[in-house]
Amino acid sequence: MAGVAVSANRRIKPADWRSDRGRASVGAGWRGGVLVVGAALMLVVGLASLRFGSHPVSTSAVWQALTQYDPRNYDQAVVRSQRLPRTMIALGVGAALAVAGATMQAITRNPLASPSVLGVSSGASFAVVTAVFALGLTSVTQYVWFAFAGAVAASALVFASGSVGDRSGTPVRLTLAGVAISAMLSAWTSALLLVSKETYDQVRFWFAGSVAGRDLGTFLAVAPFLLIGVVACVLMAHQFNVLSMSEDAARALGMNTTRVRLIAAGFVVILTGASVSVTGPIAFVGLAVPHMVRSLVGADYRWVLPYCLVVGGIFLMAADLIGRLILPSGEIQAGIVTGLVGAPFLVYLARKRSVAT
Amino acid sequence: MATPGISPYPAARPGRRTLRRGPISARFNTRVLTLILVLTIVLLAVGVAAMMLGSLHIPASDVITSVFGHGTTQQEFVVRTLRLPRVLVAIMVGAALATSGAIFQGLVRNPLVSPDIIGIDAGANLFVTFWLVFGYAYRFVPVAAFAGAVSTAIMVYLLSLRGGIANDRLILIGIGVAAAAAALTTLIVVRAPIDAVRPAQIWSIGSVYGADWSDVRLMAVALGVLLALALALTWPMRVLQLGEDRARSLGLPVERLRLLVLLVGSALAAVAVAVAGPVGFVALMIPHIARLLAGPLTGMTLLLTGLLGGVFLLVADVVGQHVMPVSLPVGVLTSAIGAPYFLFLLFRSGKGRLA
Repeated sequence: MAGVAVSANRRIKPADWRSDRGRASVGAGWRGGVLVVGAALMLVVGLASLRFGSHPVSTSAVWQALTQYDPRNYDQAVVRSQRLPRTMIALGVGAALAVAGATMQAITRNPLASPSVLGVSSGASFAVVTAVFALGLTSVTQYVWFAFAGAVAASALVFASGSVGDRSGTPVRLTLAGVAISAMLSAWTSALLLVSKETYDQVRFWFAGSVAGRDLGTFLAVAPFLLIGVVACVLMAHQFNVLSMSEDAARALGMNTTRVRLIAAGFVVILTGASVSVTGPIAFVGLAVPHMVRSLVGADYRWVLPYCLVVGGIFLMAADLIGRLILPSGEIQAGIVTGLVGAPFLVYLARKRSVAT
Repeated sequence: MATPGISPYPAARPGRRTLRRGPISARFNTRVLTLILVLTIVLLAVGVAAMMLGSLHIPASDVITSVFGHGTTQQEFVVRTLRLPRVLVAIMVGAALATSGAIFQGLVRNPLVSPDIIGIDAGANLFVTFWLVFGYAYRFVPVAAFAGAVSTAIMVYLLSLRGGIANDRLILIGIGVAAAAAALTTLIVVRAPIDAVRPAQIWSIGSVYGADWSDVRLMAVALGVLLALALALTWPMRVLQLGEDRARSLGLPVERLRLLVLLVGSALAAVAVAVAGPVGFVALMIPHIARLLAGPLTGMTLLLTGLLGGVFLLVADVVGQHVMPVSLPVGVLTSAIGAPYFLFLLFRSGKGRLA
């Protein structure tokens, strides 16, 4: 009895603040741990993406292709010239789109917001279709800089329209301007495609959104933009946390909400513009992955953004891999697979629990 | 959306008049009523103008006499068989889309919402693409479109039904289902030969070309029934906007009401898609414009929204047919005209009155 009393006393000693701190670090610990697991999963999926396809390759061949490349070996050539670019593109673009999507949802406080609301996808599409129509371009590599330019120009127009005189504080005008300009640009795009069947014949594949058929040089040219955008958004995570409280609370804490929004939106445009210019419009990743991540780790953007990076990369790599394996011959573009696979998952999430906004 | 102002003496607010005839009284907002009358006149004028233009130019007086059956045979053929149905269908499709958008935005209270948020356009597009690519008869495209729209909407409702249909869940599931339908459509589009895909691509832009009297009858019946239902539901919808708990405490059967409202909105959009294809932008933006002009949801603003939608679609079709260097379908014009005009309104309106 005395022993029990002693241990009871020990349990309620004031120095229990130490176990509180322990609990907090355990809280941080599980998120960190799962993130590490996620990163490892990313490597595993990447390896699978390099190994599998219409021509399966062994792990040792993959390793050799990466480290001691011998162009005469067919396996290694496949890995190096075809699968490595698409794996890296899927990883980079998936991460970029997911982070951009989470950022958009943070700055608009609207669960429906995705980067396409800023006019990026429609600007890129319009520029590509115009370029193919007017200049007769044929390869995806040629589209890239037109797409990027179109994306940035369209978003600039959206910012200009949506920010003028917007003193209400909420980004409703920005989103409405974005939706309006997107609709306008896609109408012009439809008009061009209606007039020229040849343009439509060429461009319909780009519209599906794919990571295949692009060379590594193209990706490396836009990779700096992806990197800058992702790093910047991750660094702004704390500000997103503040912003996701009400507008008044954020302002009362001294934040210049308009400036934060504009800067964040600028990085969203860079991320999404660079992504769309390489792969074409893959719309679902930016919307669904942040929701998936939030249901896993909660609403703290310091965790949501790194998780979006990892989960987005895994998501798009897996979509590409599935698209390669699922048909007996031929492939399904990654952009189609993300829609077909991601949508039921989003439906499942929306049904399972109250959705974190 | 702006909270409905509750004045202790509602009849005394400026612009509201009360009409009393014996035991019956009705309250009007004179500003909205004036707008409705003006728009009706504009509608008639634009309609006549639309029937005047074309490869056979018919003066206005002859248009009017032809409509009532007293013109020359040639004029009567052109006006009554070709142009009048197209004008009527354009007006009714525009009205249906705008009203549907107003209903959805009123119910879901998110300014980005439109009927295609629950996958109606995407579902119709999928069914029609499948139908046309696999070579079935073009005559049944409206049936395929309606079937696609309705089945997608039902699937979204069933999936979001979990002791009622919560807004956030409905929207997310709608986006998911629409994305899946769009992915399937893209799959067909990239794997089929271009000549098989082309008719489906053209349909998916939205057009009133080739509208005939059977379309007019269908739209008239549907619009008549559904618009009447929508008007009857405006007051309950207004109460719903106060919040579900308050509505319930006022005695409204909230869940059944929400479902009914959603059904009416979806049916309006589905019929419009069946007749004209997925015409974009009208359902999203016209309710915003109507709200800017007339304020929050009432029976009269709903009528105004419908009228605005009808006028807008008609003007878009006229511009697409006669003003553009190439004849363009109305689906292109609604966004091409609507967006700049909407941006102009955004500039002018100042803050706050849009959501």
